[in-house]
Amino acid sequence: MIGDLDFGAVGRTLPYLMAGLQYTVQITVVAAIGGTLFGTLLAMARLAAFKPLALTAAGYVNLMRSIPLLLVIFWFYFLVPVILQSLTGADRPPQIGADRSAYITFILFEAAYFCEIMRAGIQSIPRGQAGASFALGLGYWQSMRLVILPQAFRNMLPVLLTQTIILFQDVSLVSLLNVTDFVGAATKIAQRDSRVVELYLFVAIVYLVLCSVLSFGVRRLQAKIAIIQ
Amino acid sequence: MSLGILLEQVPDGDGPWWRMLASGLEWTLMVSALAWILAFALGSVVGVVRTTDRTWLVRLGNAYVELFRNIPLIVQFFLWFFVVPGVIPPVKRWVVSVDPLTYQLLTAVVCLGLFTAARLAEQVRAGIQSLSRGQRNAGYALGLSQVQTYRYVLLPMAYRIIIPPLTSELMNLIKNTAVAYSIGLTELFFRTREMGEMTFRYFEAFGAATVIYATIAFASNRAMALLERKVAVPGYIGSAK
Repeated sequence: MIGDLDFGAVGRTLPYLMAGLQYTVQITVVAAIGGTLFGTLLAMARLAAFKPLALTAAGYVNLMRSIPLLLVIFWFYFLVPVILQSLTGADRPPQIGADRSAYITFILFEAAYFCEIMRAGIQSIPRGQAGASFALGLGYWQSMRLVILPQAFRNMLPVLLTQTIILFQDVSLVSLLNVTDFVGAATKIAQRDSRVVELYLFVAIVYLVLCSVLSFGVRRLQAKIAIIQ
Repeated sequence: MSLGILLEQVPDGDGPWWRMLASGLEWTLMVSALAWILAFALGSVVGVVRTTDRTWLVRLGNAYVELFRNIPLIVQFFLWFFVVPGVIPPVKRWVVSVDPLTYQLLTAVVCLGLFTAARLAEQVRAGIQSLSRGQRNAGYALGLSQVQTYRYVLLPMAYRIIIPPLTSELMNLIKNTAVAYSIGLTELFFRTREMGEMTFRYFEAFGAATVIYATIAFASNRAMALLERKVAVPGYIGSAK
């Protein structure tokens, strides 16, 4: 029944679909940056000598990594308004909507994964580097910021970017909260126009092309970094 | 937050809520087990052919991995559930004739199985390639065929080496079954949502699901660690002897 397919439905609604894709990209970029920052702090906490801090960070990371992302998305959808209410002291939970709470969800969720990457990165730096920076009179934060983290970040850049490609795909799960991301936009058009086959094929092909190109780029970068070392 | 809600009856009269969640858990575990068997078999084949000397097989294997890794899981679910019957009329006729539950279960197993197979193929390939070239050559020198060399020399070593990454893939698979909620399979996440919506006790429902998922993750992690110790090759890092 390939002959019955009408990809005109995709063409007519392209601006709407592209707005959805733009939202997906926005979440990905914000969560990748926010997740890397928060994840790096978590990694430093996990490696801290102060045990209660290390254990708290480890508990957070392991909990996040052992439950399905879908469950995390729904948790935060309900929790974020309550948390914001207690932070601002408002009378009622603020109505922030699933599309905006998703930013917080993905930053906090991805931080757990970025944490493990950055922890491996920090641990891959020879101990002498930290010793040398302390001998130079740098404090903990200075040696982290100026010596350890730049090297750890650079060593782990390909892994961080690979994780970001996974994140880019995982954002599609917010469509189950009726958010108009790329998949959500396609679902809405598919149901309205009864063009399920065309819309989902289009979405699959766009993801396939984008992610293939991105992961090819990451592999090239990896080869480049490997030569310099 | 009060856990008493778990003991209260479901309005339809299907027993208390905890039993509803337990039936969801059964589906989650069943889909995981079936998908894992499929993924393990297919992933091994694809992983192995990517290390052989047949160029076209290597390309085919690489293409498989790229295809299944670069499309989001939920989109793959929609492809199997909506698009495949939509473009292949015999499948459509069959889908209409069977129980919807059968088709949901089949979609979930096939979709998660093929998705996970791509990831396992990557691990199997890495495991085989991590072995020194001498192992393969020693097999050939003994007069073993390529198939025999894989069966008796390379794979027994490779599988043992990749147990830690296989553990995380198993845990990923169990977590990924929650996405089957999108096609209406009544697995654990579906039941959790249902309990939340019918009782408005979202915190209790999600809390219970969190505990259950975390427990499964912990249990499968321990089970794989036990297996890892049991089959460790003497003389290698990680073996007690």
